[in-house]
Amino acid sequence: MSLLRDQGVVLRTYRLGEADRIVVLLTERHGKVRAVAKGVRRTSSKFGARVEPLSHVALLLWEGRGDLDIINQAEVIDHFRVVRDDLDRVTAGLSMLEVADQLAQERHADPRLYAMLVGALRALADETVDPSLVPPAFFLKALVLEGAGPIIDACASCGEPDGSVELVAFDLTEGGTLCRGCRRGRPLSPDALVLVRRILGGGLASVLAGPPLPGADEVGGLATEAMEAHLDRRLRSVRSVAHL
Amino acid sequence: MYTGPLRALIDELGMLPGVGPKSAQRMAFHILKVPTEDALRLSDAIVSVKERTTLCAVCFNVAEGGELCGICADDRRDPSVLCVVEDPRDIVSVERTGEFSGRYHVLGGALNPLEGVGPEQLRVRELLARVEAHEVTEAILCTNPNLEGEATAMYLARLLKPLGIRITRLASGLPVGGDLEYADELTLGRALEGRRDLEG
Repeated sequence: MSLLRDQGVVLRTYRLGEADRIVVLLTERHGKVRAVAKGVRRTSSKFGARVEPLSHVALLLWEGRGDLDIINQAEVIDHFRVVRDDLDRVTAGLSMLEVADQLAQERHADPRLYAMLVGALRALADETVDPSLVPPAFFLKALVLEGAGPIIDACASCGEPDGSVELVAFDLTEGGTLCRGCRRGRPLSPDALVLVRRILGGGLASVLAGPPLPGADEVGGLATEAMEAHLDRRLRSVRSVAHL
Repeated sequence: MYTGPLRALIDELGMLPGVGPKSAQRMAFHILKVPTEDALRLSDAIVSVKERTTLCAVCFNVAEGGELCGICADDRRDPSVLCVVEDPRDIVSVERTGEFSGRYHVLGGALNPLEGVGPEQLRVRELLARVEAHEVTEAILCTNPNLEGEATAMYLARLLKPLGIRITRLASGLPVGGDLEYADELTLGRALEGRRDLEG
């Protein structure tokens, strides 16, 4: 067994035996890692809240012979207190963890996904930022990272550019925005299209820093559906808490 | 490998939480080895727990031989203070402190968005009905101090606040007998936040 040092975000945990947990982490240099935190459910545990979902931690891991490593030490880099103490921010954060868990591959480093997740959690921990737009922006950017980014400046079906046709619908299985003649999927308002373009065109920081924008709810639904289409599964964290 | 009743017993024991095939085999052979009356006592205990134990109609704690659990049937318990817990086992832990004389409500779990557990899977509606129908003045949110438990507590606080009752949450802090240097930042931060005046 060898020792690994890395940083990671705790994506989820499972109970194991009497007092242990299996902790799933997205690490910077080793991709998705599953590790056992021994005794973590006891009140006297040395890990305590460090390996709870959402925590950004520096780790020392014993590399196991099988799938599971063992957490030897964990130190908090950021536990995103603001996110934990607000129900809307917690549920937003959990939906991003679920997506990162689905996209990341075990033992395969993806530093860009890791950096994006940490950045999105930091944005969510900023009290001046409206939490509702952070997960949709993360989903859309993660789709681009996966090579499945939507076409937003032309009709994805007939190829006619925006301007020569009006883009009025969105369907990720078709590739993105659709004109009136090719429309299917969900309707798309001009406000939502502008917002998607700003998010994917490098204007995310100004979108998040500004006041609530028209079309934000629509972009939320659109990004969730697009990510679900890409993953070919429902996002439990979004659906189960949709009406909290 | 094994057939007949022994195979069936190993298979059934193997269904228990935390029991793998090897442990199930060891238990089955232990049962085979002990005197018949000991094995019958075990089987009687299993049958009677299934026949005589139900969930309390009011708080959903474990009730033995009746519609109400021992706590809901006890007139001396204060009905105005409700301790909301995730699981009947949590009631045992709170009762062991000897510090609480109110009544309980068992949610049957905690919100867990990553597992798809939402409010519909918990006994939240029953809690609201209880608070509205009875003279509850305080709800103590006694869910686990982990992410799911905290999210559940925040959700319940949001629902219960408009009903005008006092909502409290268990304090987070350092375990008695522990070392400060091993305390994690979140726990220590909350312990500092919840510090109290000390009488000299």
